[in-house]
Amino acid sequence: MDDARSDLLTVIAAIGGVLIFASAIGWVLGRRYSPNGENAAIENLNDRIRAWWVMTLALSLAFLGGRFGVIALFALCSFAALREFMTLTNATRADHNTLAAAFFIVLPVQFWLVWINWYGLYSIFIPVYVFLLLPIVSALAGETRNYLVRIAEMQWALMICVFCVSHVPAMLNLKIPTGRGVLLIAFLVIVVQLSDVLQYVWGKLIGKRKIAPKLSPSKTIEGFVGGSLSATLIGTCLWWMTPFTPLQAAGMSLLITLMGFAGGLVMSAIKRDRGVKDWGHSIAGHGGFIDRLDSVLFAAPIFFHVTRYYWKLG
Amino acid sequence: MAAKGTRGILARISGRAITFFARAVTAVRPVWQGIDPDRPRQRVYFANHASHGDFILIWAVLPPRQQLATRPVAGADYWRTGLRRFIGSDVFNALLIERNGGGNPVDLMAEALDGGASLIIFPEGTRNQTEAELLPLKSGIYHLARLRPEIELVPVWIENLNRVLPKGAFIPVPLMCRVIFGAPLHVGTDEAKDDFLTRARDALLTLRPKPEGN
Repeated sequence: MDDARSDLLTVIAAIGGVLIFASAIGWVLGRRYSPNGENAAIENLNDRIRAWWVMTLALSLAFLGGRFGVIALFALCSFAALREFMTLTNATRADHNTLAAAFFIVLPVQFWLVWINWYGLYSIFIPVYVFLLLPIVSALAGETRNYLVRIAEMQWALMICVFCVSHVPAMLNLKIPTGRGVLLIAFLVIVVQLSDVLQYVWGKLIGKRKIAPKLSPSKTIEGFVGGSLSATLIGTCLWWMTPFTPLQAAGMSLLITLMGFAGGLVMSAIKRDRGVKDWGHSIAGHGGFIDRLDSVLFAAPIFFHVTRYYWKLG
Repeated sequence: MAAKGTRGILARISGRAITFFARAVTAVRPVWQGIDPDRPRQRVYFANHASHGDFILIWAVLPPRQQLATRPVAGADYWRTGLRRFIGSDVFNALLIERNGGGNPVDLMAEALDGGASLIIFPEGTRNQTEAELLPLKSGIYHLARLRPEIELVPVWIENLNRVLPKGAFIPVPLMCRVIFGAPLHVGTDEAKDDFLTRARDALLTLRPKPEGN
């Protein structure tokens, strides 16, 4: 077994250990405070832990499945996220062809470009070509009411749900030793998701001052600082998974943690605007796919490009 | 009764495949506001009608046992031939109604209820392809309620499917749908037709989702 493979198995085993620990705590809390499911917070915690098991299992299988597995998994996530996002837009019947093109042409083409590693095209396909071509399809339908709003929303949906998501598997294209691209993805996902969880935990423990009460009443300054710093610390300890030195890993961890936080805030703003609490209901305890992915979405393209540029891995 | 033998098995498999596809496209989710899905009762579900896929979404979210006992009521002209006939008659055991003559539809529905089935009906009478939320209801639902007053009439609002598959479109676009079940209605002993139809229509319209939160 090569290095990368055994490192990957170590990571999966470690996450499994953390989840077993979390499940045990959830079980004890459930037995003591919510034997008949009467405590909503504990039930939600246990729902979340179960969902983490499923997500970890899916990611692990994809990672072990190699390049195809990872790209296919994130293409599916992209589909589910785009479906959630488009549902909340003002797209009307006149945009039917535009929507069909977004789901059945733009999305598969973007992930196919990642698959064949055509960097020059997948990095501009949606921001340039789709940005210019899709409005034409909607314009041809002849409905002008809300035109600018509809077009802008659909383009945003594609940027967030397809372009950003595709930059997670695009990490496999960076020129680092074979098999280590997957570890870089694991690093990104672990640090960003742990930061979400830790911000929640710190916020519950010592959170007082709200950062953006209008957008997200549960986010506090204490939670943000505590969560970001502890996630950065963990990211630093995971430097061996990446091409970074420990100090560089700390900087990158802080960067993606901050981007992840911003992602959560921005996606909350959209939910508030549309008057919904969650993006969907596919993941018990979490809401929709975007609810779980919002921080990774924002962190992925920046992480990808900073890594590619400073470590000259293009 | 649904078909037996190979055709029956094929119909069951097709039913699963169709509902799987419907779920993949719409991630359809039931919202039980007025009835308990786990307490099976004979019911008439009446819903807003915007697309040929409407009854499939209702059927897909019913508990499996009730699926077998629930028959959509549909226009015979659309579901008469070829693959549609197989889907309509064999897979969903639809009660087909001739639009021009061929027996009183209300009697046929009452007969199906006497046979123990639950029904899915679309009292607007045709697919709503206008900008209006809901067309005026036809009187059939009133007459059916009069004929079989003991049976629950459950209002059902299907959300978003008209965006998934609008008029004239072939390719469904993936958008999330919800099927919202309201509290059952019964016709009053001396309730006038128009009063009941207004009440039924209002029952549907109040199920329309309003934005959550603030």
